[in-house]
Amino acid sequence: MPVEIDIERVAHLARIALTDDEMAAYGKQLVHILEHAERVQALPTDGVEPTSHPLPMVNAFRSDEVTDPLSRDDALAGAPDVEDGYFRVPKILDE
Amino acid sequence: MSDLADLTIAQASAGLRAREFNAVDLLDAVERRAAITEAHLHAYLTLDREGSRNAAEAADIALVGGDPRPLLGIPIALKDNMVTKGVETTASSQILAGWKPPYDGTAVRRLKDAGAVIVGKTNLDEFAMGSSTENSAYGPSRNPWNTDTVPGGSSGGSAAAVAVGSALGAFGSDTGGSIRQPASLTGTVGAKPTYGLVSRYGLIAFASSLDQIGPLARTVPDAAMLLEAVVGWDRMDTTSYHGDVPAISRSLDVGVTGLRIGVITELTGEAFDSQVTEATNATIDRLSDAGAEVVEISLPAIEYALSAYYLIAPAECSANLARFEGVRYGLRVDGSTTEEMMARTRAEGFGPEVTRRILLGTYALSAGYYDAFYGQAQRVRTLIRDDFTTAYGRVDVLVSPTSPTTAFEIGSKTEDPLTMYFADICTIATNLAGDPAISVPVGLDDRGRPIGFQIMAPALGEEVMFRVAAEVERLVDFTARPRLATSEVVAP
Repeated sequence: MPVEIDIERVAHLARIALTDDEMAAYGKQLVHILEHAERVQALPTDGVEPTSHPLPMVNAFRSDEVTDPLSRDDALAGAPDVEDGYFRVPKILDE
Repeated sequence: MSDLADLTIAQASAGLRAREFNAVDLLDAVERRAAITEAHLHAYLTLDREGSRNAAEAADIALVGGDPRPLLGIPIALKDNMVTKGVETTASSQILAGWKPPYDGTAVRRLKDAGAVIVGKTNLDEFAMGSSTENSAYGPSRNPWNTDTVPGGSSGGSAAAVAVGSALGAFGSDTGGSIRQPASLTGTVGAKPTYGLVSRYGLIAFASSLDQIGPLARTVPDAAMLLEAVVGWDRMDTTSYHGDVPAISRSLDVGVTGLRIGVITELTGEAFDSQVTEATNATIDRLSDAGAEVVEISLPAIEYALSAYYLIAPAECSANLARFEGVRYGLRVDGSTTEEMMARTRAEGFGPEVTRRILLGTYALSAGYYDAFYGQAQRVRTLIRDDFTTAYGRVDVLVSPTSPTTAFEIGSKTEDPLTMYFADICTIATNLAGDPAISVPVGLDDRGRPIGFQIMAPALGEEVMFRVAAEVERLVDFTARPRLATSEVVAP
């Protein structure tokens, strides 16, 4: 299938504020890269299971033990804006 | 050789125990080497002078008490995508500039518990995305064999540091070749273990189903010793392997008599430097002469590895890098709403290659495309894995060049992303299969640039992989050192 990318929508989904020039450049590059993926798409894979881990692991259970969590102060220490023990952000909802 | 910075880890460990020198002397030698070479190489982003000094002094006290831990007092470097408590960790990105993590990653914790002295944090392609270390927000690293060329990537800083002696060993991460390819380009040994053998907790995630931490060292036994210090199940990583770990260094001295070695027929041809092919073939001949049975093996599906990788890795990266949003750590660029703040922060904080891969992955995972791209790539991954499984029914290990070329000039592959992606043509398939692989230096080309030889093994086959690697090392006897590692070089 021919590759068509709505780069503005992709940039919005990725939450990256690109300029129009940047969007045009990335859009072209993405099409170029995805054209190389077409050969992967053309491979017959009916009945083939996807692989995500090479070892036969199903569940990763462990004992339910209480351990020391990261302290609030430590968790907040690297944040760009903090107030009263919370991460501080600009307003989320329009009034 | 009188400079302690030129010792292997095994030699240094023996010297410490024999009281020929102490751990502080060893650290001093490595820091002196860094003081001379860093202006040429930029292998390090951060030197942790206080932490390393304290660790070396503690090691000296423990050594007096007869402490047997093999890495005690050994100066090592860590790729800057490995989280280190209280020591700046940036993954070479502006978006994490100044971030001092509140915890140690599991591999880091285990190295500290082993008594290793962490010299500093090494440069990488931003978030480990690249094959040259040119994609660092803090400037490229250079190859100590020729400073006009790249050290490979993404673990290029770790590789350069080991090659030149500003660390006796190092750790990197390998998602598509990021340990093995820089090892190849710098004349060092680099190993990617089986997926799940080393905990990824505290490794800043790029593509979680592919990422593995592994060692870089001057010799195969040193690499084995480093790897042994970090392997094993970890409750903090649900993908880590819970069974018995392989006996990584048990068979280093056994040789290759009776082993069956498969040569991958797809990884040769016109796209490969002729000198790389010649050195690969010469090494295979030596293994044959040393008693191995050599056969040619075709793995047809690996022709699709590169394309499948460039769907899987960007898809997983776009999800993993969503965490960088200007709230919890690192950079924030102001905006009138939270969403605007996040989008501006990410535009400002991510470099071009990272942005490109996030966009590619976001597209590949977006509604209507998930199965056509990511799902299909994961199924192709199964076909590649099946090819390896079939091959390992016939042979014990597979071999190939590590990189299709030797070190290339800085700036020569930065224009077209696809030419850079091709640098990983030999290494990517093992990441997709989840199997271990190692690169061992086997010579120099006529321009004096190192050539690496790759040995691959089935999952948890580290013992036979290191066994063959150690024999290659003995047979080839690669002893050349970069000019920058010799005493005639001074700081500019």
